[in-house]
Amino acid sequence: MSWIYLTSGLFLGWSLGANDAANLFGTAVGTKMLRFRTAAIVGSIFVVLGAVAGAQGTSRTLGRLGAIDAPAGAFMVALAAALAVVLLLTKSGLPVSITQAIVGAIVGWNLFTGRPTDLTTLGQLVSSWLISPLLAAVFAGVLFALTRAALRRLKVHLLEVDAWTRGALVAAGAFGAFSLGQNDIANVMGVFVRVSPFPETTRFGPFGATSVEMLFLLGGIAIAVGICTYSHRVMLRLGSGLTSLSPLGALIVVLAAATVLFVFGSPDLQRLVRACHLPGWPLLPVSATQAVVGAILGISVVRRSGIRANVLGRIALGWLVAPVAALGIALVGLFVLQNVFELPVSATPRPAAAAGVVAGTPAS
Amino acid sequence: MTILFRRTRALEAQIDQFLDAVSEGCLVFEQGVDDYLRHDEASFEERRKAIGVFEAKADELRREVETRLYAESLIPDHRGDVLGLLENLDNVIDQAKRTLGQFEVERPDVPEDLAPDYLALARACTQATQHLVDACRAFFREITAVRSHIHKVYFFEKEADRLADSLKRKVFAKDLELARKIHLRYFCLHVETVSDRAEEVADRLAIYTIKRTI
Repeated sequence: MSWIYLTSGLFLGWSLGANDAANLFGTAVGTKMLRFRTAAIVGSIFVVLGAVAGAQGTSRTLGRLGAIDAPAGAFMVALAAALAVVLLLTKSGLPVSITQAIVGAIVGWNLFTGRPTDLTTLGQLVSSWLISPLLAAVFAGVLFALTRAALRRLKVHLLEVDAWTRGALVAAGAFGAFSLGQNDIANVMGVFVRVSPFPETTRFGPFGATSVEMLFLLGGIAIAVGICTYSHRVMLRLGSGLTSLSPLGALIVVLAAATVLFVFGSPDLQRLVRACHLPGWPLLPVSATQAVVGAILGISVVRRSGIRANVLGRIALGWLVAPVAALGIALVGLFVLQNVFELPVSATPRPAAAAGVVAGTPAS
Repeated sequence: MTILFRRTRALEAQIDQFLDAVSEGCLVFEQGVDDYLRHDEASFEERRKAIGVFEAKADELRREVETRLYAESLIPDHRGDVLGLLENLDNVIDQAKRTLGQFEVERPDVPEDLAPDYLALARACTQATQHLVDACRAFFREITAVRSHIHKVYFFEKEADRLADSLKRKVFAKDLELARKIHLRYFCLHVETVSDRAEEVADRLAIYTIKRTI
C-alpha cells in the first residue's frame, strides 16, 4: 500500500522535470543551438546524479517545516503541490514554482494536523523566494557584463563564439540539471523521507543504497521521465516569455540559475565555506523557475532592454497563488482522505483545539 | 581543441576567402576602368577576365558557406543576417563585373579631358567597396569596429555621388552629339551604381550589427 502513496511524489517529480528542465534548456533548444534529444539525455543523467548525490541538506529543511509521519499525509501533500502546479501551469501557461507549492502544502498539513509550523524555517524559505531571484539577477548581470567585455576585447569570430556557446550550453545544462536534482529533489521526495517504503539498505552487488537514497533515486528518475516526455512542449512555449534571449544570453541565464540552486543545495559547498571559517547559510530548496526569471531580469537590466511587464506581473501573481492554492488543496484533500477514506494522515493524534478549528469537526 | 574547432575554422576560412574575392574583384574593377581609359586593350581584357574569375569564386564560396550554415545549423540567431550579408555583398562584385562588361561591349568614346573624372569616380566607388569589406570582416570578429568602417563607406558613396554629378554636368556642357552625351552619362551611372550597392549593404550591416550586440 505504501508504494501507492509514492505515486503523487512521482507525479510531482514528473511535473518538475517537464517544467523546470524546460527553464534550463528552453532557450537553447528553442533557438536550435541544442537538439532536444541532447538536452533530454544530458538533463536526465545529471538530474538523477544530483538527486542521489548530497540532496539531503534541503530535505532536512523541509523536514523541519513539517515532519510528515504518515504515508497518506505525505501522499496528499505531494499531490496537492502537483495539482496546484499543474492547474496553474495549464490555466496561466506560465512556469510556476514547485518549491512554493510544496511549502504551501506542508503548511496545509501542519494546519490540518494541528502541528506547529516552524516559523524560523518558514521565514527562511519565504525569504529565499526573494533572495534567490535577486541573487540570480546579480550573478547573471555580472556574468553578462563580463562576457560582453571579454568578447569585445578578445575579438573572437562569430562562428567560434557559436561553437563555444554550444559546448558551454551542454556543460551549463548538465550543471543546471545536477543542481536542480540536488536542490529540488527535496520538493519531490522530501515529504516521504519519514515514511519511505524502501528497506534500510538496498544492495546492488557490491554497492549499497540507503532508504533515502533509493527514494531520491526514484524521484530523480521521475524528474528525468518528465524531462524526456513533456519538457519539449514547455520549451517551445518559452519563446513567448519575458524577453527575447540570444543563445549566449540563454547560457548566462542557465549558469546563473544553476549557481543559485547549487549555492542553496550543496552540502559540500557548505562544508567548504565553514572550513574556511566563513558564515554559512541554510540549505534551502529554492525554485529553478524563480532563479531563471531573476537571471533574465538581471540581463535585461544590464542590457537596458525591455521586459514584458504583463508577463512579469502574471509570473509574480503565479508565485503568490501557487503556495496558497497548494495549501487550500492540501486542506481539502487531507480532510477527504481522513474523513471519507478513513486513512490516517498523521501518525500522532492532533491537538483537540486545532482539530476543531482546522478540520471543522467537533473535538471528541 | 583543434579537432573541436576544425570545421568552424574551415568555414571561417571560406568566409574570409569570399571577402577576399569581393575585395580583389573590386580592386580589379578600378584597374580595368583605368586600363580602358588609357586605351590599354590587352590589360583591360585581362582585368575583365580576372573580375569574372573573382565573381565566380565569390558565388561558389557564398553557396558553400550558405549550405554549411544551414546543414550544420550554425549561428541560428544570426544565420539569416549572415546569408543576407553575403548575398548582398555578392551583388556588389556582380555590379562591378557587369559594368566592366558594358565597357567592353559598348565601347563608350570618353573624351580625353574627362578620363580623369571617370577614373576618380571609379576610385571613390572602389574605396567604398574596400571599406565595406573591412566592415564585414569586423562584423565577424570585432563588432565595435563595424561602425567606423560603415561611416567610411557612406563617406565614399557620397563622394562618388558628388563626382558623378560633376561629371554629368561636364558631359552635358560639352559640344558633343546628344547620343554620345547620353551614352557617357549612362557609363557615369553604371560606375556610380557600384558605390550605391555598397551603401545598400552598409545599411543592412548597420542593422545586423545592432542585432548582434548580445
